[in-house]
Amino acid sequence: MKFSMLPQVFTQMFKKPWTNKFPAKYTPDNTTKFLEDVGTGKAKIIPPVETPEGFRGKIVYDKEKCIGCKLCIKVCPTNAIEFKEKEKKIKIYLSRCCFCSQCNDVCPVKCLSMGDEFLLADVDPYSKDLIVE
Amino acid sequence: MTEKKQTTKTTYQLPIGPIHPALKEPVMFEFEIDGERIIDVDVQLGHVHRAIEWTGMRRNPIQIIYLAERICGICSFVHPFAFVRAVENACEIEVPERADYLRVVHGELERICSHMLWAGVAAHEVGFDSVLFLTWEMREKVLDLTEYLTGNRVTKAILTIGGIRRDITKDHIPKIKETMDYLKNNFEKLRKIYLDDKTFKLRSQDCGILTYEDALKLCAVGPTTRASGVKKDVRVDQAYAAYSDLDIDYITPDVLTGEVNGDVYDRIIVRLLEVKQSIDLIEQAIDKMPAGDLVSEPKIPKLLNYIKKTAGEGIGRDEAPRGEVIHYVKFDGEHEEPYTWKVRASTYNNILPWIPMLKGEQIADIPIVAASTDPCMSCTNRVAVVDKNKKYELDKEQLHQLSVKKTLGLMK
Repeated sequence: MKFSMLPQVFTQMFKKPWTNKFPAKYTPDNTTKFLEDVGTGKAKIIPPVETPEGFRGKIVYDKEKCIGCKLCIKVCPTNAIEFKEKEKKIKIYLSRCCFCSQCNDVCPVKCLSMGDEFLLADVDPYSKDLIVE
Repeated sequence: MTEKKQTTKTTYQLPIGPIHPALKEPVMFEFEIDGERIIDVDVQLGHVHRAIEWTGMRRNPIQIIYLAERICGICSFVHPFAFVRAVENACEIEVPERADYLRVVHGELERICSHMLWAGVAAHEVGFDSVLFLTWEMREKVLDLTEYLTGNRVTKAILTIGGIRRDITKDHIPKIKETMDYLKNNFEKLRKIYLDDKTFKLRSQDCGILTYEDALKLCAVGPTTRASGVKKDVRVDQAYAAYSDLDIDYITPDVLTGEVNGDVYDRIIVRLLEVKQSIDLIEQAIDKMPAGDLVSEPKIPKLLNYIKKTAGEGIGRDEAPRGEVIHYVKFDGEHEEPYTWKVRASTYNNILPWIPMLKGEQIADIPIVAASTDPCMSCTNRVAVVDKNKKYELDKEQLHQLSVKKTLGLMK
């Protein structure tokens, strides 16, 4: 009987795991406190794996450039974009956004672009971090 | 009298399904069990309709691309691909040649990902978890490449009607070459483990047999049918995108072993060889790729306006990792939204072949036989064994334990 997997398993025993232990080696008891400590320099944060070029993260909106043509609203697959009638500007709800970047493609003045921020988890779908305007 | 008959009845029923959120096509199985052996299987379909098509009929084609991308969790390329091909067919939109080649590259990358994921799951089902992690380590490299080329790991958002959204530039090529070399160097290791290891042979040979006649009769598609020796592959039969320019042929198990059994082992062979074929196809496509435009109509409002004015119907077919995918679209020439949109995913065809495959097998073989057609595995998550009034449940963990036990028993 041949166990073809055995040599592989033994070499694996002496290898380091691939996992990048973000944000710390062990999960902190209190994340908010941990982040405060990082801010004051008491604790060290292990950086996340770098996002590749062309990564589709949180949308960046250049309000000044926007002409209010509503084309992004027309193509948005999840109806995540709302039009503000008074200002003739848009409001993007990231909790609905599917990060397809179709609004970036259709924008005639290129006022929208995809950023590289990806830590967007929140308990409130209408929190400030999740609304771009 | 009937009371007496029931007490002497030796077989009992074992229903599986029908509803699980992760299952694309919710399906209900009723097994007739005699001890450990399955003597009859009944499949019931059509429990849940997700209304994806209905949702699509209230959206414009550009929005539907992203809806189609979410039909399947793994095939986030082939479904929108079939959809855009259907729209291109209906509205007679030409696709630039370079976009055709890029579509091949992304389609084959997805096939590698899917087949490797499947191979890992198959290893897990027979209780060989170290192979699962080895396979998925290699798959991770392919996912990294996908992320590098498209921006995200799974939902690629790369297709558009009449072309493709992102280019592969000269800067990308070294990384593609590197990943392909890595896969080629490690392929032999994977082949040895899957095809020569005794554990796999014990569990997969002569198990879940689908004969050539049954595969033809039940319209199985993809690797499931090719493992039974049926030469059926949309990429060759009705070459789309750039496949007609590339060197591609049907993969059947006799290429390697010289014979066709149609068992689980043959399905492993077919999928492994297809990974190799996909690597080859990506390299060919990268080498032969001509320069040119990415989309035929870069202005999306103009494109949508054109589709709105066009009346017609179209069919888009392509070869997904699991088999043929068909999308049908009809436009009435007045509305932007399609009049009809119909999707037929490949697992639908591969459900009925489960009946001849499972007959005569043991309960412990259900996971590996069901997994061998590469459905969404969640259908084995919950199995309830009903024996008259006594009812007890086997969850996925217990079923998995049974399968592992069988492997260990065979090894003794």
